[in-house]
Amino acid sequence: MKTDPAGVLTGTHYFDGDWACGEGAMAAGCRFVAGYPITPSTEVVERISGRFPTMGGTFIQMEDELGSMAAVVGAAWTGTKCMTVTSGPGFSLMMENIGLGAMMETPCVVVNVQRGGPSTGLPTMTGQADIMQARWGSHGDYELISLSPQSPQEAFDLVIEAFNLSELYRVPVMFMMDECVGHMTEKVIIPPAEEIEIVQRKLSDKSPEEYLPYDFEGKEIPEIIRAGDGYRFHTTGLTHDKRGYPVMSAECQEFNVRHLVDKIRQNADDIVRYDEEQIDGADVVVIAYGITARVTRMAIDMAREKGVKVGFMRLIVVWPFPEKRIRELAGNVKGFVVPEINYGQVVLEVERCAAGKSTTVGVPHGGGGVHDPEVILEAIMGAAQ
Amino acid sequence: MSNVKQKVRAEEAEHPIAPYLRMDRIPHIWCPTCGIGTVVKCYATALEEAEVDLDKTAIISGIGCTGRVAGYMKLDAFHTTHGRAIPFGTGLKLGRPELNVTVFSGDGDLVGIGGNHFIHAARRNIDLLVILVNNFIYAMTGGQNAPTTPLVARSSTMPFGNYEAPFNIPNLAKCCGATYVARWTCLHIRRVTKAFREALGKKGFRVIEVITPCATLYSRLNKLGTGLDLMKFYHDEADICHGADTRDVEIDFQSRIVCGKFVDEEKPTFSERREEHYRNKLGDDFVGMPSEGGWLHE
Repeated sequence: MKTDPAGVLTGTHYFDGDWACGEGAMAAGCRFVAGYPITPSTEVVERISGRFPTMGGTFIQMEDELGSMAAVVGAAWTGTKCMTVTSGPGFSLMMENIGLGAMMETPCVVVNVQRGGPSTGLPTMTGQADIMQARWGSHGDYELISLSPQSPQEAFDLVIEAFNLSELYRVPVMFMMDECVGHMTEKVIIPPAEEIEIVQRKLSDKSPEEYLPYDFEGKEIPEIIRAGDGYRFHTTGLTHDKRGYPVMSAECQEFNVRHLVDKIRQNADDIVRYDEEQIDGADVVVIAYGITARVTRMAIDMAREKGVKVGFMRLIVVWPFPEKRIRELAGNVKGFVVPEINYGQVVLEVERCAAGKSTTVGVPHGGGGVHDPEVILEAIMGAAQ
Repeated sequence: MSNVKQKVRAEEAEHPIAPYLRMDRIPHIWCPTCGIGTVVKCYATALEEAEVDLDKTAIISGIGCTGRVAGYMKLDAFHTTHGRAIPFGTGLKLGRPELNVTVFSGDGDLVGIGGNHFIHAARRNIDLLVILVNNFIYAMTGGQNAPTTPLVARSSTMPFGNYEAPFNIPNLAKCCGATYVARWTCLHIRRVTKAFREALGKKGFRVIEVITPCATLYSRLNKLGTGLDLMKFYHDEADICHGADTRDVEIDFQSRIVCGKFVDEEKPTFSERREEHYRNKLGDDFVGMPSEGGWLHE
C-alpha cells in the first residue's frame, strides 16, 4: 500500500543521517515515538518532535530507556507504528523490553546510532560494536532483524524498510546506524508519497470467539489484533501457548520459542539483503556495512589498481546473516576481509560460514574514527596471496 | 433441607464476577488467604458498577504475585516486564486515547523496580488508574525485603529485621502529582470497590493502595499468624481518616494503618495539556491524535 502523505516531506534536502532517519520514520507512517536523549542519536527525536504535531503523531520523552522501550511496545499494541531512538548505553537498557517485544511478537523499530563503547565510551564518536548486541543483547533465544545504512539517503530509505519488515514479521527491527552516518550531511531525496510503498499489519478478521493470538503453522506469522477492538486477548512475556496463556513446560517453550527463532531463520531468504560488486572471479571479497562500507570502497579501488581481483559485499540487512551466500562464495575465493569498527564481531559470522574453505581476515578498529583505507588495503593484499 | 438445596444451587450458579475473569485460567496461583483475589473481586465489581465499556478497557501488570492479575481478567490484558507496567500503559493510552487503562501490580513492581516510572507518570499526569497491592514484601520470589517493608519487620533478606526506611506510598503519589490517592486494606471490600468505581470515573494519574495479607511469607517470617489473623489486625488497627495529610500516613510495623481518600482533584492530563499547548502554539497547523480508532490505516 501507499503511505499517508501527511508524513512525507517530498523534495530534495540537505540532511544529516539522524534527520533523514526521522523523516523516513514519519514517511513510513510512524506516529508514536518514545525516547530518552542520548548522543549521537538525539537529533532524530528533535526532528520528529518538531514535525509530529502537524501530522497527529505523539512524541513523549520518557524518564529513561527502560520506559521508552516499554512505552513503544505498549503503543504498538494499539496498531500504531512506533519507534524509539538511542545509542549504546540506552540500547543496553532497552534490551529488557526488546525481549518483551520479541516474546509478544510486537512490530516496532529501535534506532541505535552507534558510538564507541563499552559503558559511556565515546559519546560523540563513531562505533559499530553494538552489532552483536542487536542480535544477542536480550536474554534468551529469539531472532530479530537488523539493518545498517551507509548514508543519509539510505537512512531515509532503509528505515521505511525497517518498519515494513517489523510489520510483516511482527518483530522489533534494529536500525543500526553509526555516528558517522548519523552526523554526516548529504543530499537526501524524499519521493512523493505515492511512490513510497509501505507494509501495514493486517488485523485479523476472525471473531473474538475464534481468534487466538499465537496461532500459526511453522514459519507463518500469527495474525495480529490490537487493544480496544473487543478481543479481550491476553499476552505475556512468559512462555505462552496459542491463547497467549502462560504454560510452564518444555513442550510449550518449544512451541513458543522455536517459533520466534524459525519465523526469521526460515524466512531469511526473503529478509536478507546485500549489495554485491565484481564478485565473479574475485580472489578476495571484502564484506562491510554502515560507514565502513564507504571507507572500504577506497581500499578496494587501490587494490584493483594493484591488479588484485577484489569483490565487495555490502551488508544492508546484517541480521539475519547472509549465510547461504557466504557459504556459496567460500572455497571459490581465497579470502574474506571484514573491516568493522569493533574488535571482531561480524567477522566471526563470516568465519563460521566460510567454514575453513577460505581464509577470513578481520580488520578491527576500536572506534572513535573510521579505518584508514591503507589498513584495509594491507589486509586485502595479504588475503590475496 | 433448604440449606442443602441452596448449596447445590450455589455450586451450579456462575460466580457473579465470572464474566470479568478468564475462567479457563481458574484456579489461580495465589496462596490460601492471600488478599490479591479479594482486590480482583473488588475491581471486577467496580467495573460492573461503573458500567465501563469492557471492550475499551485494558489492564496491564508487571511481575510478581499481583503481576498475575492481568492474566486473570477478561479484558485486553498485558503481562509485561518487571516494573514496566506504567510505561507500557503510557504507550497504550497515548496510542489509543479512548482506552481506559488500569495498571494493576504490586508494591515491589511499582515503587521498587518501577519507582522511576511511577513518579514520572504522576508528574506528567498520565491518564492511568494504578491499583497498587501492598503486601510489604517480594512474595513471588520468596519474601525478600521490599521498599515498603516496615522498619524492623523481618524479610528473607533482612533476617534480623528491616533497617531501611520504607516508602509512604500515598505521600509519594501526592507529592509527584497524582490526582486521586486512596489507601484501604483488603478487609474494606465495600470501600475498596467504591474507590475503584469512583476512580474509574475520573481522569489523571490515580493511585489506590490496597494493603493485603501475605500469610505465606510476610506473616510467617514475622510470626503474625494466619491471613485471618491479619484481617483481624486490619479490623482493629485500620483508622479511616479521609483527607489526612499524606505526610502522616506512613506505616510502622504492626501499628495503625491510616486508610481513606487523601487526594481527589482535577488537573489536566498529559494529553490534555499537550493538545491545548499545541493548539495555542500552532493554531490550525496542529493535528491531534484521532480521538477514536488509533492510528492504524486500513
